[in-house]
Amino acid sequence: MTQLDIEPAKTVDARGAACPGPLMDLIGAIRDVDPGDVVVLLSDSDRSLTDVPEWVEEAGNELRAVEEGDDHHEIYVEKV
Amino acid sequence: MTEEIVIIGGGTGGSVLANDLAERLEAEIDAGDVSVTLINDGPDHVYKPVWLYIPFGLREPEDGRRPLRELVDNRIEIRQGRVTEIDTEAKQLTTSERVSPTHYDHLVVATGSTLAPEEVPGLAEGGHDYYSEAGALALRDELLEFTEGHLVLSVIGSPHMCPAAPLEFVFMTDDWFRKRGLREDIEITYTYPINRVHGNPHIAEWAQPLMDERDINTETFFNGEEVDPESQTLTAMEGSEIDYDLLVSIPPHRGVEMIAEAGLGDRGWVEVDKHTLEAEHADDVYALGDAAATGVPKAGSVAHYQAATVGQRLASEVRGQVATAAYDGKTICFIETGMDAASFVEFDYQNPPSPVSPSEKIHWSKLAYNESYWLTARGLI
Ligand SMILES: Cc1cc2nc3c(=O)[nH]c(=O)nc-3n(C[C@H](O)[C@H](O)[C@H](O)COP(=O)(O)OP(=O)(O)OC[C@H]3O[C@@H](n4cnc5c(N)ncnc54)[C@H](O)[C@@H]3O)c2cc1C
Repeated sequence: MTQLDIEPAKTVDARGAACPGPLMDLIGAIRDVDPGDVVVLLSDSDRSLTDVPEWVEEAGNELRAVEEGDDHHEIYVEKV
Repeated sequence: MTEEIVIIGGGTGGSVLANDLAERLEAEIDAGDVSVTLINDGPDHVYKPVWLYIPFGLREPEDGRRPLRELVDNRIEIRQGRVTEIDTEAKQLTTSERVSPTHYDHLVVATGSTLAPEEVPGLAEGGHDYYSEAGALALRDELLEFTEGHLVLSVIGSPHMCPAAPLEFVFMTDDWFRKRGLREDIEITYTYPINRVHGNPHIAEWAQPLMDERDINTETFFNGEEVDPESQTLTAMEGSEIDYDLLVSIPPHRGVEMIAEAGLGDRGWVEVDKHTLEAEHADDVYALGDAAATGVPKAGSVAHYQAATVGQRLASEVRGQVATAAYDGKTICFIETGMDAASFVEFDYQNPPSPVSPSEKIHWSKLAYNESYWLTARGLI
């Protein structure tokens, strides 16, 4: 994994979360942080790789980075 | 010296755990080596799943309440009071009624979820809910008078209790209005935060065609951000807007405040190891049920299974043995698909859910489960 130069304000560990799922957990966290803050989502569901960017675009937030891993993915989202 | 186990919260998880410990530690409690105290902020145990049926006139709030003393084994001390502070360093509790004990050797946080509609401007004034006793009663009055217009069910809180209940509500409303010959004059819309009608893709794939069949409109990627009770509109973070005549929401949820103040986790959800349920930020503290941030649904079945894990672990610990019991993510949920049919899902950390075809038999199983719940809470089944 590369070293990212992003300081997340919050980490959402949604590994193993089958229901209601990682994106729901992420949205809850985004509601809570201030604009400009970054939330990192840890998810072991490949579905998050498509679900999250789609929602980020829809909601007008910013996808800062996606680190795909064998064990889990790390997705960095900035609240705009 | 007596080893003190204190459980905060006498809901599903706390009560099941108390009865589990009364049985497991019977000898130790009778010998005075261990004491187990359950602190709850009211005299009753409240069974929330009953609230889903109140708006339709099928249940009364009393059907979901029983005195804790009737449900919990006599070996367990029950104290009524609200815990306002946890000092995890000194292992001390502060309570509103100054109940004893104030010291614990082992603490279990089972304080559940609370609603926070005030986090969305206008929601408390403009919206209804069936996620509280008072909300379900007020909604019953509205629903009985509602004969035409636009009913919107909006899932705003994430996470929220019982991920199946929003789907159940719209399926039941559709059927209820149909049976009363009113459905043609009532439009029903269901909104959900993400790009499908349920967080879990398997449940979403199963539910979407049922909603289409029944003419239930769906709005996805919809995160309600503001309600204007005057103009009766709900606006989403994503920019879209919906006009409503009757707004029913699943409001934002939080745990209780003292959890964050004690440094146990954000928004009142205790950060725990997902398998052992031990708090990440304190020693000798467990959390279970809704209060534990495990990523599994906030559901009674989860609280029940987790109580068994914590019960086994605590019994090992007081006996000086290594605790090995672990929670595997097991969840079961019934999903009402109308007034007389239901489906069922079962899953865990490894195996995804796959809802079975709805049937009348499963609907009766759900009602039977709700009736026999009081035996479950007493640890009898
Ligand atoms: C409408 C609805 C339908 C549902 N349907 C289902 C279903 O069909 N199946 C299912 O599995 N789940 C269902 N659920 C979810 C289920 O009710 C909860 O997940 C479950 O009650 C969680 O149990 P718990 O022990 O964690 O918390 P709770 O049962 O909420 O208990 C928490 C207890 O702690 C007390 N407390 C809180 N703070 C303090 C404090 N500081 N001091 C002292 N006491 C305190 C509270 O008063 C309460 O008694 C439903 C929920 C709702 C709202």
